Amino acid sequence: MKKIEAIIKPFKLDDVKEALNEIGIQGMTITEVKGYGRQKGHKEIYRGAEYVVDFIPKIKIEIVLAADMVDKTVTTIQEAANTGKLGDGKIFVTPVESAVRVRTGEKGKDAI
Amino acid sequence: MKSKYIILIAFFSLLFAASAFAGEDTLNSGDTAWMIVATALVMMMTPAGLAMFYGGMSRYKNHLNTYAMIFVSYCLASIIWVVYGYTLAFGPDKGGMIGGLDNLLLNGITTGSLSGTIPTFVFVLFQMTFAGITVALVLGSVVDRMKFSSWVVFTVLWITFIYCPVAHWVWGGGWMGSMGALDFAGGNVVHINAGVAGLVLSLFLGKRIGYGRESMFPSSVSLTALGAALLWFGWFGFNAGSQLAADGVAASAFLVTNTSAAMGALSWMFAEWIVSKKPTVLGIASGVVAGLVAITPAAGFVNLQASLIIGLVAGVFGFYSVTILKHKLGYDDSLDAFGVHGMCGIWGALATGLFASPAITEGARGLFYGNPGQLWVQFVSVIATIVFSAIGTVIVVLITKFITGGLRVEKEIEIEGLDNSIHGERAFEID
Repeated sequence: MKKIEAIIKPFKLDDVKEALNEIGIQGMTITEVKGYGRQKGHKEIYRGAEYVVDFIPKIKIEIVLAADMVDKTVTTIQEAANTGKLGDGKIFVTPVESAVRVRTGEKGKDAI
Repeated sequence: MKSKYIILIAFFSLLFAASAFAGEDTLNSGDTAWMIVATALVMMMTPAGLAMFYGGMSRYKNHLNTYAMIFVSYCLASIIWVVYGYTLAFGPDKGGMIGGLDNLLLNGITTGSLSGTIPTFVFVLFQMTFAGITVALVLGSVVDRMKFSSWVVFTVLWITFIYCPVAHWVWGGGWMGSMGALDFAGGNVVHINAGVAGLVLSLFLGKRIGYGRESMFPSSVSLTALGAALLWFGWFGFNAGSQLAADGVAASAFLVTNTSAAMGALSWMFAEWIVSKKPTVLGIASGVVAGLVAITPAAGFVNLQASLIIGLVAGVFGFYSVTILKHKLGYDDSLDAFGVHGMCGIWGALATGLFASPAITEGARGLFYGNPGQLWVQFVSVIATIVFSAIGTVIVVLITKFITGGLRVEKEIEIEGLDNSIHGERAFEID
């Protein structure tokens, strides 16, 4: 089992969700997050006072799935979230030791 | 024949009645109705207009504190004014400096008393709203860091010892009015006075923690814009009402007030657009106020052409004051009470000396109408107001500091925010 964490631009969430639905991904968890990378922040000026907004709003998607699905899913997210500009985001993949479905107590692959 | 006589008699008695109503000490119901409305308009400028204008610019954690301070200063002004403020400002003149105490608790004023063509009660209330907004304007220099108790004490002392004397000098029969200084609706009394007091108070308080290093975002620019709109609306009562009558001069004051506000907004916007690359909403709203401040002393004296210039200069001058001059001088006038009200008030007072036209109000003649002496009189009145307000405010601040044991909140409270620590409330529920 693997976990995919994808940080994307908020307005791309619907595109990514639809693309993942099409390849059969059943569920995901999203969080509104803030951060910055190469895109950096932007400046706002109020009556001449310049304030730098470092952290830009992003959406983090978390999906846990079977290892053989990872490549296809990552490619799908990468293509759906792409705008070609700085700040499109990152995708991370990490191993997951175990999973439990709360309702039934099923474990491992059956739980996801 | 007889019926003809009756008609003639009726006609002449009507004429007589009409001329009697035009007399000095007769109540005019048209003037009275307008002044009641104008007073209500000016009242709205403080707890609604100014509260939103300032509240929206203060940080989210100090938003309610700004409202609280403005509400409490309006309430204090209301009580002080009817107890002793009115008589200090408008009671019988004592040596050109202050009014006598004859009208303590409005003693001697009855439902039949008249000020010109309106009941004295209406005049008292109209002037009260001016006292209320003037002290509330000072707050713009010091939000985000002042103790609530200090603000309460400061308000009481400042209205008593600074506002009342200056109002007397200009409008209550004092020396500035006698000298011929023109201040239609309060350039000196309200705006320069409040702006200078704000600057002094902000220098005593010191800068906010993190000023110049941390981002200090306004809590809501949309509330500030709405506040500016309410100020604009109320200002029609402020300026056109200052004629104390529903007549042609009031109409002219109305016209030039709106024109100058619009010009101020446009010129601030374009200045900002050119210099900082973005026409901000905060800039447009600030420009409205800059234009309104500048036309205030001039409203009943200048014509339409002058108001276009007064507003245009006010917008650029205000923009320069708050975005360049303030940062060069390095004081923390949080919401620019001095930058907008002080600086544009000074411009308005001097502009009155340039543009006052006898075609609007007879006898009021500025430099461009052949009376260079008026500009000098305006200059003297501005300097006198600045000096008196600055020195007087220093004394008031020192007394306040002594009474409340310091002016500034604890560091912890300032960082946590005044809304929660002082009032136990929060302005926005946005989790």
